Amino acid sequence: MTTLVIAEHDNAQLKGATLNAVAAAAKIGGDVHVLVAGANARAVADQAAQAAGVAKVLLADAPQLADGLAENVAAQVLAVASSYSHILFPATASGKNVAPRVAAKLDVAQISDIIGVESADTFQRPIYAGNAIATVQSADAVKVITVRTTGFDAVAAQGGSASVEDVAAVADSGLSTFVGREVAKSDRPELAGARVVVSGGRGLGSAENFKILDPLADKLGAALGASRAAVDAGYAPNDWQVGQTGKIVAPQLYVAVGISGAIQHLAGMKDSKVIVAINKDPEAPIFGVADYGLVGDLFQVVPELTNAL
Amino acid sequence: MKVIAAVKRVVDYNVNVRVKADQSGVDIGNVKMSMNPFDEIAVEAAVRLKEQGAAAEVVAVSCGTAQSQETLRTALAIGADRGVLVQTDVALQPLEVAKLLCAVVRKESPSLVILGKQAIDDDACQTGQMLAALLGWPQATNASAIEIGAGTARVTREVDGGLEVVELTLPAIVTADLRLNEPRYVTLPNIMKAKKKPLDTETPEGLGVDPASRLQTLRVEEPAGRAPGVKVADVAALVDKLKNEAKVI
Repeated sequence: MTTLVIAEHDNAQLKGATLNAVAAAAKIGGDVHVLVAGANARAVADQAAQAAGVAKVLLADAPQLADGLAENVAAQVLAVASSYSHILFPATASGKNVAPRVAAKLDVAQISDIIGVESADTFQRPIYAGNAIATVQSADAVKVITVRTTGFDAVAAQGGSASVEDVAAVADSGLSTFVGREVAKSDRPELAGARVVVSGGRGLGSAENFKILDPLADKLGAALGASRAAVDAGYAPNDWQVGQTGKIVAPQLYVAVGISGAIQHLAGMKDSKVIVAINKDPEAPIFGVADYGLVGDLFQVVPELTNAL
Repeated sequence: MKVIAAVKRVVDYNVNVRVKADQSGVDIGNVKMSMNPFDEIAVEAAVRLKEQGAAAEVVAVSCGTAQSQETLRTALAIGADRGVLVQTDVALQPLEVAKLLCAVVRKESPSLVILGKQAIDDDACQTGQMLAALLGWPQATNASAIEIGAGTARVTREVDGGLEVVELTLPAIVTADLRLNEPRYVTLPNIMKAKKKPLDTETPEGLGVDPASRLQTLRVEEPAGRAPGVKVADVAALVDKLKNEAKVI
């Protein structure tokens, strides 16, 4: 029994989500191998080789793998799939894009977003926006799985000494081409992996007002997040959205400011260790999950809180 | 060109579901059902392509029980031309839905299939990608914009950290993200017209697909509840709690 973890990376840096997926693989048992599919991505393979618990790294390096196109990456995974009992992807935008393509080609059911491993064939996953937890058992020969990163503590990035083995890259599928990318630049920690998250909702009122959260986030070393209402209203960029359809976060501290707490938002943050809610409506559902609630006008409370830290 | 939009009947997104006492699943006996919100966006996108002249016909397809007809009628009221129901009482999972859709696509030979990016009941986020794999077609998931060119579709995708643009050779599969469009309200006259639009029924047997999954749900439980929280009077009390009680700052 050997598990293959598909690395999440940008050809220069191994993304932290990979280390959470390796942790899930370790719980399944057996050897853990990591596949790095990219272009000029040797540095990523070297980083993956240092991750604790990784026995071997496979590197497929070719220009057609540079941008993570689902058609090419899925073909690359399938090219090496035959020696593995489990194939794990982090449940990130790219993992979710590729994994089902691999599963369908192998004619196996994919198990999405696992948060627990009960045995080598039995896993826990949330359904209905996290309002129920299903335990599912797979009778398939190969288990294709995406791993919710907040469900598993990352393995150490250092301390491993795996070998890196080059594997032949698959040919370009020719079905799709990469045109371009608009990446939001930010000095703040990445939302999905941040220790503290400060999120704003509709209560902020405008994109201008949203900036009131900046000094608070700076003081806390926090990532900024947003509710769907705030994103739809244009107060914050799309990739800040926390919730069922955005990012799932589980930081040590989650500060919800001007967020009512719809089911879909709670799905993305209710596993946070400590939740603080600041809202002027004492009946807002967010207070139902908040460890500490403060009823008040956020335009007074947030600067006051920033000064008090 | 012909466009297929795939739709699913799910528990309405406003319903707070309850887990059954015997842990066999969630109780959907008497709750409001609706079209999966992402599928509404998919149908709207298909209908807009028709209105722009890029598509000649929009076919809405659903797999599920006889009640999924209502969901298809909603798609027809939004503007789809006809519906296809693959009717079965078997609880379907994404791979089986992808196989059923694959069989329908082979019959209909559309140039584009649009699905929602995920269904809000199983939260699987698999069907579109699986369909693309089975057909050997290119895919663009989490679309926030679609532009049809000559034999190609240029799709803007929402990814972690921003947006990316890919160009697909048609025929292709696209899954709709929230920000692709705002679905229109269905009007009463359009609901009436939708009743007259054709709706064909297929069966998994007729399509040569075994609808049973190899993934078994052993039990469904309530998530661990959170300990009740407290309301604090002011900022000083909040900071004190965070520092001394929760010890997170």
